[in-house]
Amino acid sequence: MGGLSILIAGCVTSSPSALRPAEGNLQARQIEMRQFDTKDELKVLSATAGVLQDMGFTLSEVEKKLGLTVGSKERDPTIPGQVAMAAFIDILGAAGGSSSNAMSQIDAVQTILVSCVTRLNLEGNQVAVRVTFQRVIFNRMNQVSRLETVKDPKIYEGFFDKLSKSIFLEADKI
Amino acid sequence: MKRRKVKFLAVVFAVLLISGCATTAEEHILDLNENQLKLRSVQTRAFDTGNKEKMMRSIMATLQDLDFVITKADYDLGIVTATKFSNNQVLKMTVIVREKDKSQLLVRANAQYGIKAINSPEAYQDFFDALSKSVFLTAQQID
Repeated sequence: MGGLSILIAGCVTSSPSALRPAEGNLQARQIEMRQFDTKDELKVLSATAGVLQDMGFTLSEVEKKLGLTVGSKERDPTIPGQVAMAAFIDILGAAGGSSSNAMSQIDAVQTILVSCVTRLNLEGNQVAVRVTFQRVIFNRMNQVSRLETVKDPKIYEGFFDKLSKSIFLEADKI
Repeated sequence: MKRRKVKFLAVVFAVLLISGCATTAEEHILDLNENQLKLRSVQTRAFDTGNKEKMMRSIMATLQDLDFVITKADYDLGIVTATKFSNNQVLKMTVIVREKDKSQLLVRANAQYGIKAINSPEAYQDFFDALSKSVFLTAQQID
């Protein structure tokens, strides 16, 4: 009987509670979202694309009817200390007569993904912009070593600073 | 003799334990099984609105609230795809909006977590709960 229950339980996939709003999601929204006093959603969308290009992103997806821009870029993720540490471990391993391979575990490439959604509010006098950044970090063996959503408010602030300047400049032109 | 029988049974049991869940890898290409109809109803909801754009924008806002990054969206086809990283696993989700009739929209969602499809009704219920709240929120415009 016990064996049978193991047999059955083995097939049950655990469902993550990942589709439930996490605690603090309102706070996350505050960090990731800003509103701009304009009626022109398209202008905000195009300013967004411009700012992302300034930051070196290549845009992979745009849907203007829904106000979406998606972009990505690949960059060097190495932290200086990490290389030195890995080399030290490998040398130590070699000295001790074992072969360690810490150097290949070093981060080699990070892909930074950005997704930006604009939305006109119901009154039609403000456009909200919500942006999210993700990072995928690969090591030298080309294995994914980390997946993360960027949570640092400073990064979002930096993005919105540039965006407001850009929207302001474009408004100024007219 | 009896011992041999017991040994044999133990081996059979062990094999069953290991292979009990195994489906052939190719079976996963189509994932056709009797649960498909049930799964469809678990993954689908109807909404009393004919406003597809508003519905799609609400879906995108809901996904963003759930910490997803929207990777694709197409208004004409009614498709939104999003990705989320959780516990170093990738959670991918596609939501499709179709017009049922002039005054109703059908919303279907499907998701995978790592290399497993999410089939549990609770997970989808969570998503649709969040979505209905968002549609309501949009109407009320609380910010």
